[in-house]
Amino acid sequence: MSLEKEKFEALQKVIDELRNEQGALMPIMQRAQDIFGYLPEEVQNYIAKELDIPVSDIYGVATFYAQFNLEPKGQYIISVCMGTACYVKGSQQVLDKLEEVLGVPAGRTTPDGLFTLNATRCLGACGLAPVMMVNDDVYGRLTPDQIPDIIAKYRQ
Amino acid sequence: MAMVNVTIDGVKVQVEAGTTVLEAAHQAHIHIPTLCHLKDVNKIGACRMCVVDVGARALAAACVMPVSDGMVVKTNTPAVRQARKSVLELILSNHERKCLSCVRSKTCELQALAKDLGVDESRFDGANIEYPLDNFGPSIVRDPNKCILCRRCVAACRNVQGIGAIAAVNRGFKTVIAPAFEKKLSETDCINCGQCVVACPVGALREKDDTDKVWEALYDPEKFVVVQPAPAVRVALGEEFGMPIGTRVTGKMSQALKRLGFDKVFDTDFGADLTIMEEATELVSRIKNGGVLPMFTSCSPGWIKYVEHNFPELIPNLSTCKSPMQMEGAIIKSYYAEKAGIDPKNIVVVAVMPCVAKKFEIERPEMETDGMRSVDISITTRELARMIKDARIDFTKLPDEECFDELVSESTGAAAIFGATGGVMEAALRTAADVLENRSVENVDYVATRGIEGIKEATFTLAGKELKVAIANSTGAAKKLIRRIQAGDASYAFIEVMACPGGCVNGGGQPMVNAETRMDIDPRVERAKGLYTEDEKKVIRKSHENPDIKKLYAEYLGEPNGHRAHELLHTHYVDRSKK
Repeated sequence: MSLEKEKFEALQKVIDELRNEQGALMPIMQRAQDIFGYLPEEVQNYIAKELDIPVSDIYGVATFYAQFNLEPKGQYIISVCMGTACYVKGSQQVLDKLEEVLGVPAGRTTPDGLFTLNATRCLGACGLAPVMMVNDDVYGRLTPDQIPDIIAKYRQ
Repeated sequence: MAMVNVTIDGVKVQVEAGTTVLEAAHQAHIHIPTLCHLKDVNKIGACRMCVVDVGARALAAACVMPVSDGMVVKTNTPAVRQARKSVLELILSNHERKCLSCVRSKTCELQALAKDLGVDESRFDGANIEYPLDNFGPSIVRDPNKCILCRRCVAACRNVQGIGAIAAVNRGFKTVIAPAFEKKLSETDCINCGQCVVACPVGALREKDDTDKVWEALYDPEKFVVVQPAPAVRVALGEEFGMPIGTRVTGKMSQALKRLGFDKVFDTDFGADLTIMEEATELVSRIKNGGVLPMFTSCSPGWIKYVEHNFPELIPNLSTCKSPMQMEGAIIKSYYAEKAGIDPKNIVVVAVMPCVAKKFEIERPEMETDGMRSVDISITTRELARMIKDARIDFTKLPDEECFDELVSESTGAAAIFGATGGVMEAALRTAADVLENRSVENVDYVATRGIEGIKEATFTLAGKELKVAIANSTGAAKKLIRRIQAGDASYAFIEVMACPGGCVNGGGQPMVNAETRMDIDPRVERAKGLYTEDEKKVIRKSHENPDIKKLYAEYLGEPNGHRAHELLHTHYVDRSKK
């Protein structure tokens, strides 16, 4: 509770600092995401009230740009490369398997808060295609049947 | 103002600097096709239907391109026509083309363009994602499958009304016009004004159709079904049958209602006169007894919900008077039922309103008469037109004689003008002046209350005392006015607010007026003219001189603001703000 209070105080500072600048909304949303880790409904409502704009404006921006998260990120961020090389080497099948094992579609977080599954652009490791990363760990030359074991490792 | 010369398709026109190519062309009687443009509401160059050749390398969107001196515009080159068709095909590629069953068939701007430009099929296939309908509230249905993302509704809600219940969400094919957080419209601070509906060029936003409920009641032999049309309906209904905007069809309307089979055709105008009796009395009493001022009018259900969401601290400032529709309903189910010897439980009151928010208002728990709903069904002007067409009644050929039924229909000129912004104020002043001066004041025209400016202010001297009043039409204008008052920059005794720009004549339930027609004709002005003519033609122009109103008080209610009047005609409000 007090942590939440501290976060809102930090957000208030950001808003006070930026509110009179033109185009303040995006930087405020970025800084809010830095503070809270994502943009929960309460935070969007708070910004709307402070800037005297409809919350639908903020939600529209938050859903337009991929950089904004509307739900908390998992402890492990899984990034599956969908770049050309990985794609032709079967990264779609890897992603499909991950969705099946985790039970969430790409872009979402598992209900236990452990994993966030993302499909990303080229990770720059085309020689290892298809590639995925789990936080900073890189997995290359993947096949879908390896996925359950990899996930099980992080669940322990 | 500096003038510039422009040549459009070989026609030379002189227009004010700053005029857009679209407006300049319109003055030269060239109608460049548009979809997202809506005069006074939306001008964002988003849909690209209006592209023209202005001599530059790329085609320009005429709706946002200002003219420059010597500009040569071509609106019909092969490249322009090809681009236009492609744009239209792309829009159609992601549109649910169920025109036969669409409520906007024949008034759809997309359908009309497809016909005009000869585009019947699209070469492309969009993602055509299927969305569920948002039809959970009583007033408005949101259908993203029909939406073409023109954003006219967003501009009406956000910029005109100052609300912003909907916005463009997501991107690419996944873009939808929706409330924040995927909420239902009924879970937001939407006030149900329906300005989004009348801004929509297609069938993506529409009223919830209640005509089946009316037919069912009409066919039920056990029910005594009565109807009451609002003042603003009679200057707009004719448009649905091809008559000019603002034509007065009071007689034809009453005849059509009779032919539809209503047992009695009453008039909300009587309820409007009654509202003035109660509201003027309330105002005089607040002034005399040091009550809460300024007092705000309470006829507009959109405005009421707006206050409840955004300015709950002003709830004590709202008049406690119910709307004319609710008063009429309450009186029908009490006084009329008693006089006619009918069990009010068997009476079905149908209201015909220029409004979609009325559908929400009739469901408010406090709108009861002796334990019964005061109004059972509320339909819009458009829904009534649909019923008349369905019944194959030749509306334009109906006689012009009014055929309203006795006891609760007789009305004055003061009631007629309720439908125009400033009308409730003017009607109240006519009665307040007589009450305060204790005589019949000759003047009935308070012209400073008239016109379509968002905020109007005036000071009138009644009984030697100055009365400062203000009028706001659109909740966006009301917000500005309230902020001025709260900042201490203005103060008034009495304020009229109507949620819709122009008042009820331009309500969310009125006939559709397409964007092209609105370039030349302002429905707010034309329909208001009809109401002021109706007022002038009335012999009696003050509510308190209405003989049937006098009779109602003498035989049933007692005094205005008296005990029975309070039970039947007054209400209370709820704080809906998220604190």
